[in-house]
Amino acid sequence: MSDPILRLTGVKTDIAQYHILHGVDFEVPRGGVTMLLGRNGAGKTTTLRTIMGLWKPHAGEIRLDGAPIQGLSPAQIARRGIGFVPEDMGIFSDLTVEENIRLAALDGHPIPERLDWIFGAFPALRTFWKSAAGTLSGGQKQMLSVARAVVEDRELYLIDEPSKGLAPAIVATLARALKDLKNRGASILMVEQNFSLARALGDHVAVMDDGRIVWTGAMAELAGDTGLQERLMGLKMEQA
Amino acid sequence: MMRILSGDSPKSALLAVLLVAILLSLAFAPFLFPGSRSLETAARICIFIVLVASYDLLLGYGGIVSFAHTMFFGMGAYGLAIATDRIGTSYGALILGALAGTAVAGVVALLTALLSLRVRAIFFAMITLAIASAVAVLVSQLSGFTGGEDGMNIRIPRELTPAFRLFDAEVLGQRINGKVVNYYLVFAGSLILFLTMLRIVNSPFGRVLLAIRENAFRAEAIGYRVVYYRALATCLSAMIAALAGALFAIWLRYVGPATTLGMEIMMDILLIVVIGGMGTMYGAVVGTTIFVLAQNYLKSLMGGLSEATAGLPLIPDLLNPDRWLLWLGVLFILSVYFFPTGIVGRLRGTR
Amino acid sequence: MTDTAPTHAPKMTKLPLSERLKPWLPVLLVPVLIVLGFALIPSPSSWLTLTVSGLAMGMMIFVIASGMTLVFGLMDVINFGHGAFISFGAFVGTTVLLALASMTGAPSLMLNLLAVALAVLAAMAVTGALGWGFERVIVRPVYGSHLKQILVTMGGLIVAEQLIYVIWGGQEIVIARPETLKGAITFAGAALEKYRLVAVGVGLIVFLSLRAVLRRTKLGLIVRAGVENPEMVQALGYNITRVFVGVFVAGSALAGLGGVMWALYQEIITAHMGNEIMILVFIVVIIGGLGSVEGCFIGALTVGLVQNYAAFLEPKLALISNIALMVAILMWRPMGMVPVVKAK
Repeated sequence: MSDPILRLTGVKTDIAQYHILHGVDFEVPRGGVTMLLGRNGAGKTTTLRTIMGLWKPHAGEIRLDGAPIQGLSPAQIARRGIGFVPEDMGIFSDLTVEENIRLAALDGHPIPERLDWIFGAFPALRTFWKSAAGTLSGGQKQMLSVARAVVEDRELYLIDEPSKGLAPAIVATLARALKDLKNRGASILMVEQNFSLARALGDHVAVMDDGRIVWTGAMAELAGDTGLQERLMGLKMEQA
Repeated sequence: MMRILSGDSPKSALLAVLLVAILLSLAFAPFLFPGSRSLETAARICIFIVLVASYDLLLGYGGIVSFAHTMFFGMGAYGLAIATDRIGTSYGALILGALAGTAVAGVVALLTALLSLRVRAIFFAMITLAIASAVAVLVSQLSGFTGGEDGMNIRIPRELTPAFRLFDAEVLGQRINGKVVNYYLVFAGSLILFLTMLRIVNSPFGRVLLAIRENAFRAEAIGYRVVYYRALATCLSAMIAALAGALFAIWLRYVGPATTLGMEIMMDILLIVVIGGMGTMYGAVVGTTIFVLAQNYLKSLMGGLSEATAGLPLIPDLLNPDRWLLWLGVLFILSVYFFPTGIVGRLRGTR
Repeated sequence: MTDTAPTHAPKMTKLPLSERLKPWLPVLLVPVLIVLGFALIPSPSSWLTLTVSGLAMGMMIFVIASGMTLVFGLMDVINFGHGAFISFGAFVGTTVLLALASMTGAPSLMLNLLAVALAVLAAMAVTGALGWGFERVIVRPVYGSHLKQILVTMGGLIVAEQLIYVIWGGQEIVIARPETLKGAITFAGAALEKYRLVAVGVGLIVFLSLRAVLRRTKLGLIVRAGVENPEMVQALGYNITRVFVGVFVAGSALAGLGGVMWALYQEIITAHMGNEIMILVFIVVIIGGLGSVEGCFIGALTVGLVQNYAAFLEPKLALISNIALMVAILMWRPMGMVPVVKAK
C-alpha cells in the first residue's frame, strides 16, 4: 500500500474544558472514500474540524502527504489542499450562488472545466446561478457546499454528513456526484450516518467511539458482518 | 459572624486582616482621623464601597457592562434633593425622596434591561451609554426642576449639620457634632447595604447569576430565563446605587451633575471594580479604599514629579496631575489583561 | 439510483406583496421621514434647510460608523474606543488646516479643496496607523470576550483622549471653514450652507465606494462572507485575521475622515468630541443592525434627520428624540433594521 494521504497519530482535542478526542489514530489511504462512522457524540465532527485546523489539538500529530499540518491555521491547511464541506454546509446566504463559487476560487476565477463538472452534477446551481444562496432549498445548499469544495484542486476532501435532513432523491444526486469525484481519483474522508449511502460510497472505514478509533478496515468486511456492525455502532441492517 | 457575612468568607488571611482594618478605621474614623477633610474622605469611601459593590453585582456577578450606573446613583441623590426642595426639610422628606429616586431607578433599569438584554448583552453597554448621556444633558437643561449645571443645595435636618451638638462633653477628645452623627448615618447605611448585597450574591439567585455569567447558553438550556435573572440583577444594582446616591446627597448637602452623573465617576467605578476584583464584593471594599486614598496622594505625587522634570520635553505634560486619568487608563488596561481577578483574586491565590 | 431528482422550484416567487415589501421597509424609512418632516414643519424653506443639514449630519455619522459596524460584523469585536479616532482625526486635520492658512484663506476653490484634501489625508494616515496599533495592542488579546473588549477598549479610549490633552493641550480649538466653503447658497427660498452640501456629497461618495468594493471586488466578497461565517472563509483558504486588520485600519481611517468633516461642520474641536459623537454612532449601529453597512447608512440618515427636525420643533427633545427613535426601532425590529445573518 502506498503512503496514506492523511495520517492522524494520538490526536487529542479539548473544547472548552471538555475532552472530546482522547487520542485518535487512523489513516486515510490515497484515492477512494474513507467513511468515518460512529454514534452521535463519538467525536467524528470534531475529528474533521481538528484536521481542518478549526479546533487546535493539544497533543498528537496530523500529517497531510507526509507533512505535519497540526497547528497551522485553517487558511494554511486549505491551501495545502484540503477541501471542507462542514456539517452546517457553511453557505454564505447573503452571497449569490455565483459569488459563493467565485469565492472558493482562490484567484477569483473558477476553472471552466470545473464549472462544467459542477453544472453537470448539479444542474440546479446553474438555474439559480444569480440567486442569493440563502433562498436555495436545503438540498441545493448541500450541492453548493460540495461544489464549492471542488472548485480548487484538492488533495483531500473532508465531507461532514452530506445526506443529513435531505430527501432521498437529492441524496441520490449527491451520491452520484461524489461517486464520480471518487472515480476521478479523489481522496475523500466522509462522516455519514446513513449506512446505505456509506456502504454505497465507502471503500475503507474507521469507526469511532468516545473520542477514539475503535475499528478500521475495508467497507466490504463491515458491510458483510451484521454482528460487527451491531457491536460497533448499534446499527440494524435492514435498509433497502 | 459567618451569618452576617452570609457565609462568604474572605478565604485569605491577609484579605481578612485588610477588611477588618478598613471596617475598624471607618467605624472609628471621627476619632482616629480627626479633621473635616479626613471625615470627608471616610464618608466618600463608605458611599463608594456601596456604589462600586452594586456595580460589581452587575458586572462581576451578572457579566453585564453598564455605563448608566452613575445615572442611577444620581437618581437617588436628585430624588432626595427634589423632595426636600418641594416638601421642605424633614426626615419624612428625606425618606420619601430616597425611596422615590430608588423606585425611578428600578423602573428605568428594568425597562432598559428588557429592551436591550432581550436582544444581545452587548447592546446593554451601548444603550446605557446613550441613555445616561441623554439624561445628563436633560438634567443640565431642566434647570427649573434640577438646578441645571449649578445643581441644588439640600437643607437637611439640623441634627445632621455641624451646627448641632449631640452633647457638650467631648468623647476621646472629639466633639460630637451633627456632622459626626451624619457620618454615622452614612456608615450604618453603607454597612447595611453592603451586607444586603453579600446576602444577595450568596443566595440561590446569586448562584444562578454566576452560572449565567459562566455560560449563558447552558443556563438557558437548563431552564433558567436568562433575561429575567439579568434584568432583576440590573434592577437591584440600580436601586442600591440610588440608595447610595441618597446617602451621598445627605452627606454633601448638595447635588449637581458633576458630583453624581459625570462620566468620570463612571470610569472611577469601572476602574475600582476591575482593580479590586470582579465578582468578589470584597474587591469593592479594598479597591475603593485604596483608590480613594491613592487619588488624594497620587495627584500630589504627580505634581511633584511634573515640577521636578520641568526642563524635559513632553514628560512634564505626561506627569501633570490633570493627566492622572491617563495613567489610570493604562493601569486599567493592564489589569484587565494580567490581573483579571484583581486584588482580591490575587490575595486568594486564584488566577 | 435513478435520475429522478425533482426540479427544485424556488419558493420565493409567489409571496404576497406585504412579504415582498418587508425587506424594503427600512429603505423607505428615510423618504417617509422627509415627507413627515415636510408635513410637520410649517415653512418649506426651513424644511429644506433642516433636511439638508440632517442629511449632512447623517452622512458624517455614517462615515464614522461604517468601519465600526464592519469590525463587529467580521470579528464580533465591539470597539468602544472608536471615538478616539474621531477626535484624533479632527485634531490632526485641524492642525494641518491651520498650518495651511494661506491656502484655506485664499478665495480659490482649487486651493481650498487641496488644503482640505491634504488635511483629510494626514488625518486618515494618522488614525489608520493608530487603528493598526490599537488592534495589535488593545484588541488582539481579547478576541472572543465581549466583556473584556468593552472594558479594554474603553480604557484605550481614556488613554487616547488624555494623549490629545498632552499633545494639543486642554483648550478647544476654533477652526474656520476654507474661504470658498463659507456661506450659503439660496435654493427655492431656503439658505443651504455650502459646506453641508459638500458633506452630503462626500458621505455619498464614501457610501457608494464602500458598496462598490463590497459588491464588486474579491476583497468585498471575503468581507461579506466573513461577516456571516468567518470560519468557513478561513476553511476556503483566506487569512481572515489579515482581512480583519485591514478593515479595522480602514474603519479607523474613515473615523478620522469623519472627525475632520465634523470639525469643519462645528468649526470647533475638543478632546472629548469623539465621545459625544459616539453616542449617536452607537444608536446608529444598533438601529441599523450591527454588522450591516446598508443598515448603518439608513440608520445614520434617520438619526441625522430626526435630530435636526426635533431640534427645530422642540429643541430640548433633540437628544431624547434619538433615544426614543432607538427604542421604537428596537421594539419593531430587535436585531436592527437590516439584521445581519450570522452562522452561529
